[in-house]
Amino acid sequence: MWDAYLFEFVNFYLIPGLVLGCIYALGAIGITLTFGILRFANFAHGEIMMSGAYITWTIMTLLGAAGIVLHPLVALPFACIFVVGLFLLCDRWFYKPFRKAETIKIVIASFGVMLIIRSAVQVIWGPNQIAFVRGISQPNAWLRDVTGDMGAMIIMPNKHLWIFAGTIVIVIALSYLLNKTRTGKAMRAVSDSPDLAHVTGINVETVIKATWIVGGICATAAGVFLVMDTQTLETTMGFRMLLPMFAAAILGGIGKPYGAVFGGLVIGLAEELSAYPWIGTAPLLSPGYKTGVAFAIMVVMLIVRPQGLFKGRAF
Amino acid sequence: MTDAQTGAVLSLNNLKAGYGQTEILHDLSLHVNPNEIVAVIGPNGAGKSTAMKSVLGLLNIREGSVVLNGEEITDTPAQKVIEKGISYVPQTNNVFVNLSVQENLEMGAWTRPRGVEARIAEMYDLFPDLAEKRHQAAGSLSGGQRQMVAMAKALMVDAKILLLDEPTAGLSPKYRGEIFSTIQKIKHTGVPILIVEQNAKQALGVSDRGYVLVDGANRHTGTGEGLANDPEIARMFLGGGH
Amino acid sequence: MGEYIGFLLYFLSLLTVGGIYAIFALGLNVQWGFAGLFNAGIVGFVAVGAYTYALLTTAESTFHYGGLGLPLPVGMFAAMVASAVIAGLIGAICIRLRSDYLAIATIGIAEIIKLILKNETEVTNGPRGINKIPRAWEHFSEERFYTSWPMSWFNTPEGWEAFFDSLPNWYWQPLFAGTVLLVMYVIYRMLERARLSPWGRMMTAIRENEPASRAAGKDVTRRRIEAFIIGAAIMGLGGALFAQHLRLIEPTNTFDPSKVTFLVWVMLIAGGSGNNRGAIVGAFLIWTIWSASELLIAGAIDLVDAVFTTLDPAILATRAGFLRMMLIGILMQVILQRYPGGILPEVRPASPKAVKQDAGITGETK
Repeated sequence: MWDAYLFEFVNFYLIPGLVLGCIYALGAIGITLTFGILRFANFAHGEIMMSGAYITWTIMTLLGAAGIVLHPLVALPFACIFVVGLFLLCDRWFYKPFRKAETIKIVIASFGVMLIIRSAVQVIWGPNQIAFVRGISQPNAWLRDVTGDMGAMIIMPNKHLWIFAGTIVIVIALSYLLNKTRTGKAMRAVSDSPDLAHVTGINVETVIKATWIVGGICATAAGVFLVMDTQTLETTMGFRMLLPMFAAAILGGIGKPYGAVFGGLVIGLAEELSAYPWIGTAPLLSPGYKTGVAFAIMVVMLIVRPQGLFKGRAF
Repeated sequence: MTDAQTGAVLSLNNLKAGYGQTEILHDLSLHVNPNEIVAVIGPNGAGKSTAMKSVLGLLNIREGSVVLNGEEITDTPAQKVIEKGISYVPQTNNVFVNLSVQENLEMGAWTRPRGVEARIAEMYDLFPDLAEKRHQAAGSLSGGQRQMVAMAKALMVDAKILLLDEPTAGLSPKYRGEIFSTIQKIKHTGVPILIVEQNAKQALGVSDRGYVLVDGANRHTGTGEGLANDPEIARMFLGGGH
Repeated sequence: MGEYIGFLLYFLSLLTVGGIYAIFALGLNVQWGFAGLFNAGIVGFVAVGAYTYALLTTAESTFHYGGLGLPLPVGMFAAMVASAVIAGLIGAICIRLRSDYLAIATIGIAEIIKLILKNETEVTNGPRGINKIPRAWEHFSEERFYTSWPMSWFNTPEGWEAFFDSLPNWYWQPLFAGTVLLVMYVIYRMLERARLSPWGRMMTAIRENEPASRAAGKDVTRRRIEAFIIGAAIMGLGGALFAQHLRLIEPTNTFDPSKVTFLVWVMLIAGGSGNNRGAIVGAFLIWTIWSASELLIAGAIDLVDAVFTTLDPAILATRAGFLRMMLIGILMQVILQRYPGGILPEVRPASPKAVKQDAGITGETK
């Protein structure tokens, strides 16, 4: 049903792009919520995501030594508890003192938090790469056979299926939270106008805590999904993800969680598809420049349409 | 304590207040009795909005006191003031534009989470226009309807008093009339109202009493009708050029 | 005697690197302290300066473009120009952005610059970097310099060789440190003049009250781009000196954002943003703490190693480096919260006109 080109395009460019997009999307949700509700660009977000992946790995290793083999998705909720705690502590120690100060103070503080967390991870786990899961992941045989019979073979390892499923579950849960619960609606209200929320009597501090919890869960998931995909833990991965995640948040419109999801998918796809040989046989863009794609999209957005595709807050 | 009225719902007594170094209110005293609409009028920069913000603890009060039903609430933080039953509708930016009308009302009930559904139904009775727009984003409504949402949102709590900061600013004459008649309807539900207005004539028309604010102090006081017919005030604010 | 020389050389290297960081901090002070522009990509401008200098002044090499073997001052000047040009381009696009957007954009630019340095191997030799970068004063003892004009005009190659052999091998160190400090001082003096000039006052006015400045007819965007370019040029010059100090530069470890961008921010915040003298004091202070903590931690590791023989001291040493970074990060948070003005808080240039105007306004309202 499809030729070799389409097979290659779907399996080696489109699906990896969507996987990366899911990871960016989850990271960008936290960034866009923080940006919308607390009004600052949290530079420490990537590092917290990275620390969540390390914690997951540690839980798996410790239990593995005791003979219990855990799937990363089982260890993930426990890591979430830690990451949420870390977010709340950071807020208490480093961000809360600047709540009423000019925004840039808190941005500088988050810049510092970024370094503190990364250094702490490097002190505890060392700077070298760690294998998260060993071995080559086999494509899901059932999916391969079924799609193969239909003439459109999809080769997808289980880890990618888990990542898609996990992202969908989280996004559905998030949309339930934001549209159906009191706290979620209040989060949207504060994102809309903190001053009005204040004189409406909404407890803004509670909303801020909820934001860190939601952002923390999404960040942990993003971090764990990333290491599930790449199979290696690196202390630089948080910083590497930071720019694409900001790009996704800005593309989708600041303060718009669905926008962030959409933006994440676009950025992920754009990065992977930029290396597809659209013209001739050579990659359109040298793979070395892949990470520059997110930045280019972000700059164009900031110039052309700073409020993002979904009319977020433009500062 | 010249004006500490016994029996007043809200009274501001000899208030001196301002932002940072600048003092805007120099000596302001006013009070609102039960079942009363009280209008505060005055030229731009007289401190009308500042007076409201001082009630909500949004700025520093240097001297004087704010009393709600006999309880002093000077310098109480906004959230506490609202929990005590003062509802405030800011002049601009007074609805959550990305939330639906219904969600705006739910947010208004934040400090009083019980019986929200019933209260919302009451609000739709009071503001029938809103009922059919309940699932629309507040930001998509017209200026007048937004003002209605803002007032309904403020009334979601058991308001002991409603503070309206220039509710008709920027609205068309048609909507202005509608807002003022709604204000009278609200009064009949038993909620006293303190209203700050530029539109002095119409505001005084619906008010029981009025205060004229000049340079951060009240200059004239009287019944709404009395002030509206006072030639001096007419010359100052109402008529403009003859 | 040898020990004293060891101390002297350590002290000189503190001064050299401290001075280079002070130049970075002065550049940042123009952008942040004067104009309120949040540049989180200092490392990018430093890298542009360093690579420009390296490509222009190194001897011809098969590994990278050039080197052109140009005189050192030419390389340093070109480093400034290259950084300034890049800053001009970025400024034209990004300067209108709100401060945190600018921060994200500048971080991105620094990363893109590093990507280019890593990927354009024909020009930059990619991740392997450029080495044998000529260092001021030391370069005189290189054959290609003393065999060519103007040095060859004074003495024969053999004569020069004998001369340099007669000098101690660290002869260049005080001279290089002196050069760095001189460059720093000249920049400082120029910035002080700029700060007190009408231009500097306008910058303060723009930062304090942008709408009012705009209303007064000031070209705010243009002034900001100017400040951004001047700051970047200073960082580029600092980058050239950084390349000289290191002699080998490569994209990843040399231009680690935490060791350049972040450390410079800590220095400026500690010293007092808006104050040129503060930038210098902050740079030397933080660099001294940074270096001294290395010695202290090395000592502590020796001690730990002696007690717990099972631990691998090499691992401890690498980890300890990160511990230092963490402590510097915490130090910055403490300064930010407890001493927001820094050691030398900003002093506003007194303007007789402004004082009079203030009096007029208050007089009217009373």
